[in-house]
Amino acid sequence: MKTSMLIAALGALCIMMQPASAQDVLIRGATVYTLAAQGTLENTDVLVRSGKIAAVGKGLTAAEGAKIIDAKNRPLTPGLYAGLSNIGISEVEAEPSTVDATLNFTAPAWHQQWRPEFDVTRAYNPRSVVIPVALVEGLTWTVLSPASGDGVVAGQGAAMTLDGRYDAVLDGSRSLFVDWDGPGPISGGSRAALYMLFDQAIREVRAGGAVNEQSLLHPAGREVLSGYLNGGRVVFHVDRAADIRAVVAFARRNGMKPVISGGAEAWLVADELARAGVPVILNSLQNLPGSFNTIGARLDNAALLQKAGVRIAFSPNDVYNARKIRQLAGNAVAHGLPWDAALAALTTTPAEIFGLGASRGRIAPGQVADLVLWDGDPLEVTTVADQVWVGGRAIQMRSRQSELRDRYFTPGASR
Amino acid sequence: MMRSIVGLAAMLAAMSPALAAEPYPSTYQAVAGPPVLIRGATVLTGTGERIDDGDVLLANGRIEAIGRDLQAPAGATVIEAQGRWVTPGIIDVHSHLGVYPSPAADSLADGNEMTSPVTPNVWAEHSLWPQDPGFQTALEGGVTTLQILPGSANLIGGRSVVVKNVPAVTYQGMKFPQAPYGLKMACGENPKRVYGSRGQPPQTRMGSVAGYRQAFLDAQDYQHQWDKYQQDLRKYEKEQAGGRKRKAKDGDEQAQPPIPPKRDLKQETLVGVLKGEIRVHIHCYRADEMATMLDLADEFGFKVAAFHHGVEAYKIADRLAEKGVCAALWADWWGFKLEAFDGIEENLALVDRPDNSCAIVHSDSEEGIQRLNQEAAKSMARGIRLGLSIPPERAIRWLTANPAKALGLGERVGTLEPGKMADVVIWNRSPFSVYALAEQVYIDGALAFDRAHPRPEPRSDFMLGQPFEGVLQ
Repeated sequence: MKTSMLIAALGALCIMMQPASAQDVLIRGATVYTLAAQGTLENTDVLVRSGKIAAVGKGLTAAEGAKIIDAKNRPLTPGLYAGLSNIGISEVEAEPSTVDATLNFTAPAWHQQWRPEFDVTRAYNPRSVVIPVALVEGLTWTVLSPASGDGVVAGQGAAMTLDGRYDAVLDGSRSLFVDWDGPGPISGGSRAALYMLFDQAIREVRAGGAVNEQSLLHPAGREVLSGYLNGGRVVFHVDRAADIRAVVAFARRNGMKPVISGGAEAWLVADELARAGVPVILNSLQNLPGSFNTIGARLDNAALLQKAGVRIAFSPNDVYNARKIRQLAGNAVAHGLPWDAALAALTTTPAEIFGLGASRGRIAPGQVADLVLWDGDPLEVTTVADQVWVGGRAIQMRSRQSELRDRYFTPGASR
Repeated sequence: MMRSIVGLAAMLAAMSPALAAEPYPSTYQAVAGPPVLIRGATVLTGTGERIDDGDVLLANGRIEAIGRDLQAPAGATVIEAQGRWVTPGIIDVHSHLGVYPSPAADSLADGNEMTSPVTPNVWAEHSLWPQDPGFQTALEGGVTTLQILPGSANLIGGRSVVVKNVPAVTYQGMKFPQAPYGLKMACGENPKRVYGSRGQPPQTRMGSVAGYRQAFLDAQDYQHQWDKYQQDLRKYEKEQAGGRKRKAKDGDEQAQPPIPPKRDLKQETLVGVLKGEIRVHIHCYRADEMATMLDLADEFGFKVAAFHHGVEAYKIADRLAEKGVCAALWADWWGFKLEAFDGIEENLALVDRPDNSCAIVHSDSEEGIQRLNQEAAKSMARGIRLGLSIPPERAIRWLTANPAKALGLGERVGTLEPGKMADVVIWNRSPFSVYALAEQVYIDGALAFDRAHPRPEPRSDFMLGQPFEGVLQ
């Protein structure tokens, strides 16, 4: 009796937490960056119904009771993605008790176990204070990615909506994340061993047989890796040009669909990546030889890749300052990337890379109504989001940061 | 104004024989070049003024004149800068370039002497690797002067060094002539994490404060010993001089000169702080801890030049302004540790708000230092959104005049005023934009970077001969 009441109460709570069944929204007179065939449409309306975009055009009418917003020709874009991040799984990075991003049994290398079955999305907390901080900046979804621990395979992640729901994984986006950054404890001291270990894991999956002390994989891990060896999306974090080439060939040979993350030297192998249809998720501000794997880093990496026909997305790989992703895009433009391609690298392209192209990344009928109305050029650092919608719902433009600001700011006193 | 700066230069020249006795002296020499007249630009002077269609004349390494319709002297290079913006060279008060350089190899990680929580005896310059490729990329972002600091592992981390962003084989070749030294101190999580985890003091914030206090008590004691020695010496010398005049009587004990105390590098630095010769820069995030450090400074009679990072500085903006203490801040970093949990994007704008404030945009990052103008732009936009009036001519001070003041160099750099060092940036548009690029950077009147004519080879020896240069050509 008591238990069932509790369950009923919890059920009611869950329903309350879901986004309210959205009323129709009509955004009138925006500069609409559709990122679809129509391109950019001036003085255009967007109609939102049941959390999705119902129509894009001029002179649209809404049903009675619809919320109408006068955009005054301000730019309207799809909700941006927050890059590869640990939003919702890392509350305060330096406090390990608040961080779930990494699987680390601290096993010695000779007892290495690969746990591709580790799925970091299970640790996601939609009540993290970090989420509103990202959301008010126009970031409506992210790709939750595990951080590298004591195995070459960091584990699985997925795209998540930041709309506050508990079950936030976006269907079809689950991916495996692999750290391929050179010699270190997890590779036994040589990048060549990364292939050796991966070959061993693949052999275990393909050959089956009993799991023993020498095995890299548990039965659950074999099952999961098997899926990725059959056309699954695998994000390899890799920077050096030679490694990028080799990893792509390795992934292809073994049935994986590779995505390059990092890619500091990807511009050197841009043509090959374009031919292979392999996308690159990069930080366009990376231009220093932070390590010997990134000696060739340069500010026009994004521009060179795009010119060669490689699909690119940005990622600052940050949690707290994921909002910096717009600055990455703007700087890429300053260094030669066409503006439209830069906006696509925050919206359409990451959506497509993670299998979400049909539902996210564009302003077009049928797409989820994640929208941002900006007070200026969305790639400009001085621009601020005026209003953000997730799933057709206008969010409160508040976060713990705005609460702090308002506690300490007295308007009007001086200046 | 001009007269006072010329006067200062004369004074410094007069002082230089004395200063030449300082160890590890600067060998920096400005590159001589023809006068440069920049014409028709939007000029942000760094003094809070904006001159539209303005001219700036550089000659003999100094700002010669600023205004409208200036005449080009004979032999001057004239730059038609219509549509361009001109600002003072950017000054970063918080950099670890050279001491934590790229590549981040263990063998080059020289920024934290993590062997004791109190190391005022170490000097950042002795770690500084002038070949860090980050100096060139910072220059391309308009940075002409940097303070290189030790890291924040220690309560008292050591001396900083101020450098000009010029190519040099030695750090002495970059060292800003006659710039005061700084002392790096740190509060909060870092020292207690580093030492607490080893079971050494400090393990707690109260342990940290005890550590600073004891260090300065020891320094007072050391200073007292030297004061006493100087007194004794003067007395002895007087007696000796007197003795020569009157005949020594038989049976007088032969007076011995006083023995000087043993020199102590740690105490010398801290005594420099107590005498006001070395400027105090404190890594400190939380408002309550900054207040404690202000009390510490009062207890020992020194002044804090700047709090660095200060993500909670907005909570005590009025107090900082009253005390004349600068706050060197990021635009938007927060959350990565608990003491950074209360960071807000309006921090800089709110710290800038009171009269006599000194808000600074700093980098603490080899990436951030390349675009401090964009960081300032973000803070400016957030302030404007709050209804504050922050025009570009005000915000540029966060990158120029205010950091110069924090470094004790406010009379020499940081503004475009006649007599100041000719550190100047020409931007392709308003620097408060993500699309802005520095087109030309002048250091002491010499062209240090020209985007239209980049050097054919990298400045850093480390980057020379790497098989990437010219791949695209």
